[in-house]
Amino acid sequence: MNGRVLGVRLIPCLDVANGRVVKGMNFVNLKDAGDPVEVAKQYYLDGADEIVFLDVNATHERRDTTIDLVRRTAEKVFIPLTVGGGIRTIEDIRNLLNAGADKVSLNSSAIKNPEIVKKASDKFGIQCIVVAVDAKKSGKKRWNVFIHGGRIDTGVDVVVWSKKVMNLGAGEILLTSMDKDGTKDGYDLELLKSVSNSIKIPVIASGGAGKMEHFSQACEFGASAILVASLFHYNELTIKEVKNYLKSKNISVRTTS
Amino acid sequence: MQRIRIAVIDYGFGNIKSVINALYYCGVEACVIDSPLKISGFGGVILPGVGAFGPAADFLRTKDFDKAIRDYVDSGKMLYGICLGFQLLFTRGYESGNHEGLDLISGEVKKFEFKDELLKIPHMGWNDVNVEDSLYTKKMFLSINDRESFYFVHSYYVIPENLLCISSTCEYGLKFCSSVAYKNLWGSQFHPEKSGKAGLKILSNFVKEVGR
Repeated sequence: MNGRVLGVRLIPCLDVANGRVVKGMNFVNLKDAGDPVEVAKQYYLDGADEIVFLDVNATHERRDTTIDLVRRTAEKVFIPLTVGGGIRTIEDIRNLLNAGADKVSLNSSAIKNPEIVKKASDKFGIQCIVVAVDAKKSGKKRWNVFIHGGRIDTGVDVVVWSKKVMNLGAGEILLTSMDKDGTKDGYDLELLKSVSNSIKIPVIASGGAGKMEHFSQACEFGASAILVASLFHYNELTIKEVKNYLKSKNISVRTTS
Repeated sequence: MQRIRIAVIDYGFGNIKSVINALYYCGVEACVIDSPLKISGFGGVILPGVGAFGPAADFLRTKDFDKAIRDYVDSGKMLYGICLGFQLLFTRGYESGNHEGLDLISGEVKKFEFKDELLKIPHMGWNDVNVEDSLYTKKMFLSINDRESFYFVHSYYVIPENLLCISSTCEYGLKFCSSVAYKNLWGSQFHPEKSGKAGLKILSNFVKEVGR
């Protein structure tokens, strides 16, 4: 590492519902590829730098299932664990942190009630508050924040919003390009640069990765970390391959023995 | 052989669950304690913590943890401070004002201030450390490669007066002290409980010293 910038973090993201992995996964050596604990542990052993669980079906009744899942994962995975999806109150955050989550990711609830970002970071520290921003292009060099899984346009400018949550006490921004998500034709680099250049906190890039070059591009355009879902889940690329590629491009990564 | 018991101080500032999980992984019985009266019953104590220096230091004082921790360290038993718990071992911290710490290590805690926009604050992520060469360092970093990476997340860094207590340094905009090991007092700015295998190794080295 050159001592100037940190190694980029590779973060596998698992969509979970009712304590199970949502999308089918293709893991050769796992007994139960639908068990998020098993999958997270495998990623940890493969050299992932952090793990994210996104609870896609977070309802009040189901919350205990997620908390139990976090508890079991934290017993086996010794890298940071972030949980997002349906987190609305300080109590929700406390329960997840007490179960062993290291960070929580707030999305719709932050837009509806920005004060929760401030309250949560005052109470638990900025290191555990991630604000997830779902961005969709709305004009030249302009993107709007969408909520509720991308169904509602808030009309709020992504850069303005990112600055605001940083000032309220967010420790990181998880920036997803809705235009690019699932396309596999690369990150929205213009969006990434606009946000990263206007805030001091780290930006996690998400949405659009399809091949190796996309990862190095994201780093060059200001990503401190990269969230990856399907590419890793379906074994199209491995964490090790991506890290080796980034190293060959002189981008520093953490290597594990 | 009796299982080693290590106390983790719960003073309301931090995710102690991760520390407990890591200790269990190291084969230790981890006991959460929230009263200073219980400290002396343990051979090893961990002071974890995330959050702000001032409120945490005040809380330790109000609960009389400060004196209990000092007496415990004076008795020669092993203490490990992690992240904010590490910073609290120092004399003074400048997070939102000027706050007194536990003063077990002479020195100050200051905020990172960088002009370079590439240097995001907090310093969050994996960074490699440069292991210093000293007797106590060898115990802390036993069987760990030099230049191993650990997980950091902090906006403040410690400046010890006595350079001999430094067990590792790290570079982020500047070179700072990433851990100390001096006699029975250990501490790290990085989170060993979240630093994969290398971090677990440091914790098991701590356990080894506790059992000695």
